[in-house]
Amino acid sequence: MTTYPQPDEVTSRRLAGLAQAAPGGTEPDPKTGDGTLIDTPGVRAPLVLNNRSFGEITNIICGYTENKVPRWWYPMAGLTAVLASMMGAFILYLVITGIGTWGLNNQVDWAWDITNFVFWIGIGHAGTLISAILCLLKQKWRTAVNRSAEAMTIFAVICAATFPGIHIGRQWMAWFLPPIPNSNGIWPNFRSPLLWDVFAVSTYGTVSLLFWFMGMVPDLATLRDRADRRLRLNPEGSPLVLPFLPFRVDQLRAYIYGFLSLGWRFSSRHWHRYEAAYLILAGVSTPLVLSVHSIVSFDFATAVLPGWHTTIFPPYFVAGAIFGGFAMVLLLLIPARELYPNMKDLVTLRHLENMAKILLLTGSMVGFAYSMEFFIAWYGGNKYELYAFQNRAFGPYWWAYWTMITCNVVSPQLFWSRKLRTTPASIFFVATLVTIGMWFERFVIIVTSLHRAFLPGEWGMFHPTPVDICIFVGSLGLFLHLFLLFMRFIPMFAMAELKAVMPQASPHAHGDSHGHDSHADHDAGHAHQGGH
Amino acid sequence: MAASNRIYVTEANEPIYGIMAEFATPAAIYHAAEAVRDAGYSKWDTFTPFPIHGMEGAMGMKRTKLPLLVAAGGFTGVGLAYLMQWWMSVVDYQMVVQGKPYHSWQAFVPITFELGILFSAFTAIISMLALNGLPRWNHPLFKKERFLSSSDDKFFVCIEAADAKFDPDRTRALLEKAGATSIELVEE
Repeated sequence: MTTYPQPDEVTSRRLAGLAQAAPGGTEPDPKTGDGTLIDTPGVRAPLVLNNRSFGEITNIICGYTENKVPRWWYPMAGLTAVLASMMGAFILYLVITGIGTWGLNNQVDWAWDITNFVFWIGIGHAGTLISAILCLLKQKWRTAVNRSAEAMTIFAVICAATFPGIHIGRQWMAWFLPPIPNSNGIWPNFRSPLLWDVFAVSTYGTVSLLFWFMGMVPDLATLRDRADRRLRLNPEGSPLVLPFLPFRVDQLRAYIYGFLSLGWRFSSRHWHRYEAAYLILAGVSTPLVLSVHSIVSFDFATAVLPGWHTTIFPPYFVAGAIFGGFAMVLLLLIPARELYPNMKDLVTLRHLENMAKILLLTGSMVGFAYSMEFFIAWYGGNKYELYAFQNRAFGPYWWAYWTMITCNVVSPQLFWSRKLRTTPASIFFVATLVTIGMWFERFVIIVTSLHRAFLPGEWGMFHPTPVDICIFVGSLGLFLHLFLLFMRFIPMFAMAELKAVMPQASPHAHGDSHGHDSHADHDAGHAHQGGH
Repeated sequence: MAASNRIYVTEANEPIYGIMAEFATPAAIYHAAEAVRDAGYSKWDTFTPFPIHGMEGAMGMKRTKLPLLVAAGGFTGVGLAYLMQWWMSVVDYQMVVQGKPYHSWQAFVPITFELGILFSAFTAIISMLALNGLPRWNHPLFKKERFLSSSDDKFFVCIEAADAKFDPDRTRALLEKAGATSIELVEE
């Protein structure tokens, strides 16, 4: 047999992370921004800029986990770890001392705990929306953001699941939530939305994790293969990278990524079943994501309390969840694309603009829902309902209500301006407001409805305690810390999917003419999606 | 290279797994797959960094039965969830809650739905792995340093020696004709 040479010098350097992909040199154009803001019908905006090759894509994305940790990462990770530990410490204090350390009371018996729960679970929804619904709708731009949005979903669900878990009072009895046989012989109440919620949220967390992991398997295999190739190209080994471990960092990578990638070997027969399974997961996740926030809204809607007892809640909660979730995706990705090299080639202005448009759409939907609630409160003729809404806008919590309206309804309207929805700084600003507004939305629904129930004996006020504040701020720290770990150790983009939507991925690209009859019906739009 | 009793070995007397050929572009691998399919091979595969559109047809693959398995899994979930709620609320421990009948089926719908989804998702991923023979952490192809770039930007065909039509020279010639940029023997 002929022997073939080992990979050349260029490949070796590239694998070793020494040859970074050259930075893109496009000058911003006043009309098309980075070249993706094309409004001409028939011209598709490129999904990846600077004509990157497959190899460059691998190199850019794997570089984020393989190259030296960026300088800003350590202080960020440290700060967020401190906040996350603070959350842990205050939860411990809460468990030891009792729920009285929170500001809730007999009148307002759900407060920040459930506000935070709904806030976080809502944020999670954008990830599944991007991965499932946009996949079914064949929105190819999702490949730029789906991995990080799915990661965000998992971390948001982790934060969300903490709050109902600790608000139950006797946290050591949390195992009563699922139907586990116990010595009392009784079962959970299947007619209660709170139990539906247990099933919905745990199913949602599990399915999101499966979806995320499955999408990641090929990319983890890429990291495995790169580590493996580096070890084979340099068998003698460089100096120990980890001073306290008897092996090289690439050995550790080959083992861990190798284990997690399940031996994936990029076989087309495997890809066929993989794509079928992926599509099915997208198909089942779509009704799932819509059901989860609907069921969360049942927690309120099935109660008789004025302000909660409305049929508009399920669609309104789902729209709000997508709204808040996309705002969080933007909050995470806009700084990331500034901080990481070449990320602007993958997350283009067009991607940001698309998400800004979703914010405008869903923001207007929640605005419509708010006004419809008011209309029904007046038109329905129920004086308790009318009072609940008057009290929301003009009662003791008026400031929370108007913060919510300003952030959620007014601020996204800025995106009618093309300039504002294509400028990262202004998108970031609006996304921040939306995140604040969506937290206040849940606070308004929960606290203002509870604090003026039917009887004057049920009237009270809620004042957060330092324990309330520290656990919430800590959950932000936990979320960001998990996201920083994700950016460091997991491929931040779905490499295989990203390559598959590039123009050169089509077997019929570059004027390749072949007249095989079995493919005469081939999707013609596939071959020329690039703008060049 | 010696052939005896249809077991091929290398000069070093190692049994051969197959012949692996590298291609540079999606179009090249696509046409190579069509050529191998038309030559009538059955035990072979292509390896690409991402799923190539239309590859199933170019390789003459049959449609996977995965969706049927998922449907079975999903309906199992639906059935078990409803059965669980019915048995716990109607049979094992009857209790009047909110003045509703013991068998208040409307209230059982959300959990039935959720568990249907949960079982479908698990069946989808588990059957995908099982049908693919994964997890399997070792494979003869992984011994080839060159093969590892299938996860980066190169495209491979591998025809197994176990294929009835396998012949070291003719198989090699077929792959060369298809435009392979490199061809290697893969030891078992």
